[in-house]
Amino acid sequence: MDKATFKTKVGLAEMMKGGVIMDVVNPEQARIAEDAGACAVMALERVPAQIRKDGGVARASDPDMIKGIQAAVNIPVMAKCRIGHFMEARILEALEVDFIDESEVLTPADDLFHIDKLDFKPPFVCGCTDLGEALRRIREGAAMLRSKGEAGTGNIVEAVTHLRTLRTQIRRLTVLGHEELMTEAKNLGAPFELVEQVAKSGRLPVPVFAAGGIATPADAALCMALGAESVFVGSGIFLSGNPERRARAIVEAVTYWEDAKKLAEISTGLGEAMSGLEVGNLSDNQKFSKRGW
Amino acid sequence: MKIGVLALQGAFAAHADTLASIGHATREVRVAADLDGLDGLVFPGGESSTMLNLIGRAELWAPLDRFVRSGRPTLLTCAGLILGATNVANPSQESFGWLDVDVVRNGWGRQVHSFEATGDLLGGPLVFIRAPTIARVGETVETVETFEGAPVMVRQGAIVGAAYHPELTDDATVHKLAFPAVDRSDAAASEV
Repeated sequence: MDKATFKTKVGLAEMMKGGVIMDVVNPEQARIAEDAGACAVMALERVPAQIRKDGGVARASDPDMIKGIQAAVNIPVMAKCRIGHFMEARILEALEVDFIDESEVLTPADDLFHIDKLDFKPPFVCGCTDLGEALRRIREGAAMLRSKGEAGTGNIVEAVTHLRTLRTQIRRLTVLGHEELMTEAKNLGAPFELVEQVAKSGRLPVPVFAAGGIATPADAALCMALGAESVFVGSGIFLSGNPERRARAIVEAVTYWEDAKKLAEISTGLGEAMSGLEVGNLSDNQKFSKRGW
Repeated sequence: MKIGVLALQGAFAAHADTLASIGHATREVRVAADLDGLDGLVFPGGESSTMLNLIGRAELWAPLDRFVRSGRPTLLTCAGLILGATNVANPSQESFGWLDVDVVRNGWGRQVHSFEATGDLLGGPLVFIRAPTIARVGETVETVETFEGAPVMVRQGAIVGAAYHPELTDDATVHKLAFPAVDRSDAAASEV
């Protein structure tokens, strides 16, 4: 019996496809998320919008809080650690969280190095803004990727940019000649073997989900249409007027994203969405997507 | 044969790929009308609570129940096995009861205990991901594969249930068992 192999890690990511992963800050929210049909929850102390507002250093959550959420639900429980903070990751591993998000939403712990993720039992998800970053994270051991949209803004524009960039760069690889791939790998800053693999298959070897700024069922459907295989929703649910209804609506939107008539029904009567932030007004040092490389 | 794959949530795409590799046409099933004209159905892995939720909201309970009870070949994997079992524990939840087994959700533990292994009887690759265990096998149910002596794949009439994920490997044995291979003319017609 081989435990925690890369296949079992990517396998769990496969099982989350077509589902919604919701940020929750306490067991009560976790139960609401599970009842609404979430395929996993992300346990954290503050949702990204709150982190943005509070400022200061954002760290991994209190183990007590994570345990409370693990006890409350039966779906997978994820938790975040800081970029490069492998000791926070070790603690999350000891807690047996089901997935670790090495997340730019928390304050980075290391300016140069991401975590050597192959060395851990739980699977990791990492953010990426383009194909080079995606392949670097995969080579480090990430079993799932997500866009690095501006968490806590309720603004989908950055996630859309990342998903489109990924898609365009993957398509480009598939039409390059084999002799062009090394230069492409150099330009992308990506491991050659993975570049070669993507050029051949036309897809990434791990699932790609959308994250950052998803506030409505239409946002979720848009991400699915742009090639995301599932979505993370952070502040968008529990900072909205009616979290239960909005959570259920986003779950349905991810399943029925191709059916606009159904989306119209799903989007009706959800109450107030979270108030948003114009990403253009954020300076570079306020942008989470500039964290990590 | 034209096989439907329940596509509410989970690893439905991987099942479609495996089915195509053995010559079956496939269709993703999200609403009751998608079941029309299908010869068989796959319930994939994913989160069983999410699927139950969406089955309820899409009013799919009765159509799915009718379809499977009509005797058409059905494959239940992981979360699908949980949906089709007689009884579900940890926690108890609603299930269709097509297959006379009792299952325990996450019976092997959390994700860090997910594992790969080799089957005792057929010797194929087994990939378990937060998988259920089969705690009881009914008298009319045949155990087809075991791991360390415990039942992990079973068959009852036209229904095959696996606690593991054959769709994540290159081994199509379980899919062939559930949906007997077709001849070439059928395979040619299977272009979607």
